[in-house]
Amino acid sequence: MSEVIVITSGKGGVGKTTSTANLGTGLAMLGKKVVLVDTDIGLRNLDVVMGLENRIVYNLVDVVEGNCKLKQALIKSKAYQDNLCLLATAQTRDKSAVNPDQMKKLIEELRKEFDYVILDCPAGIEQGFQNAIAGADRAIVITTPEVSAIRDADRIIGLLEASEIGQIDLVVNRVRTDMVKRGDMMTIEDVVDILSVHLIGAVPDDEQIVVSTNKGEPLVGTSSMAGKAFMNICHRILGEDVPLLDFEEGGGFWAKLKGFFGKSSQKGA
Amino acid sequence: MALFDFFKKKNSGNIARDRLKLVLVSDRADCSQDVMERIKNEIIEVISKYMEIDTDGLDIQLTTTESDGGNGEVPALFANIPIRQMKHNA
Repeated sequence: MSEVIVITSGKGGVGKTTSTANLGTGLAMLGKKVVLVDTDIGLRNLDVVMGLENRIVYNLVDVVEGNCKLKQALIKSKAYQDNLCLLATAQTRDKSAVNPDQMKKLIEELRKEFDYVILDCPAGIEQGFQNAIAGADRAIVITTPEVSAIRDADRIIGLLEASEIGQIDLVVNRVRTDMVKRGDMMTIEDVVDILSVHLIGAVPDDEQIVVSTNKGEPLVGTSSMAGKAFMNICHRILGEDVPLLDFEEGGGFWAKLKGFFGKSSQKGA
Repeated sequence: MALFDFFKKKNSGNIARDRLKLVLVSDRADCSQDVMERIKNEIIEVISKYMEIDTDGLDIQLTTTESDGGNGEVPALFANIPIRQMKHNA
């Protein structure tokens, strides 16, 4: 049985594309057959985050307009081949090139081939958003602990609830534990309380994300904090019960101190 | 308590949370004409069980009012329902 997940946020720049790339790659690592669909027509980005920008021949609009077969437009990932594909979007068209019915039809085709169809939604609540959510079974709303992102997430959750989407989950992205500790950032609990929606994971603000985007290699599954956090979310998407990650692990002052003493005592022994 | 609040208010995380809560109440209250019409009809239905009301004179709208907690203006549902007569069997 396949599942169609739309990754959305309302506000731009909170990490939709990064999350799409990492969650999709993570699910492929866990043995699922995954296709990532960039629905942000005119602002193509998922291809560069995935490091597949040089392989695009056909795109989503080509498929919808019948210029090519669906299989011709699917780009296999470097590491996972058939298990992880990308359907890139058109760069020189706009949102009106596709309508929700065409998206639904396309998704039904993809369902036949893949376990997970993950849709990277554009920012905003206009036609691009309506296209992206049209065929989705569930939504993952990405927000950051900032007032503007949370307000937009609330609006998006309202629109999703009014649509036919069955399940809505929340990811709080770019959490800075140091700022939360000194009271200068809302806690994850605050965000969940305000939005009253199910939390499926939190991702720390991690500079490794920038490094991984620079290289075009998603960091999910690596030992970085964000890599672990994304992998945990993948497990939860599969229905596994994984406790929330302690962002301090290995990074906090006490952990460092413990690590220091641990090392020195090893030397002594 | 006031002193505690004073210190609590100082960090920006709490300021953000409190501001957001208020702005979202307004955002969420901004409902469509269709929803308002449904609320109106259901209020008429409930009240009519107990009293005879002047449905034409009924006025219902979203406005703002000063909150009790001193948080400034908050949205309020204002309903003016003229009663014609109480029902005896209620």
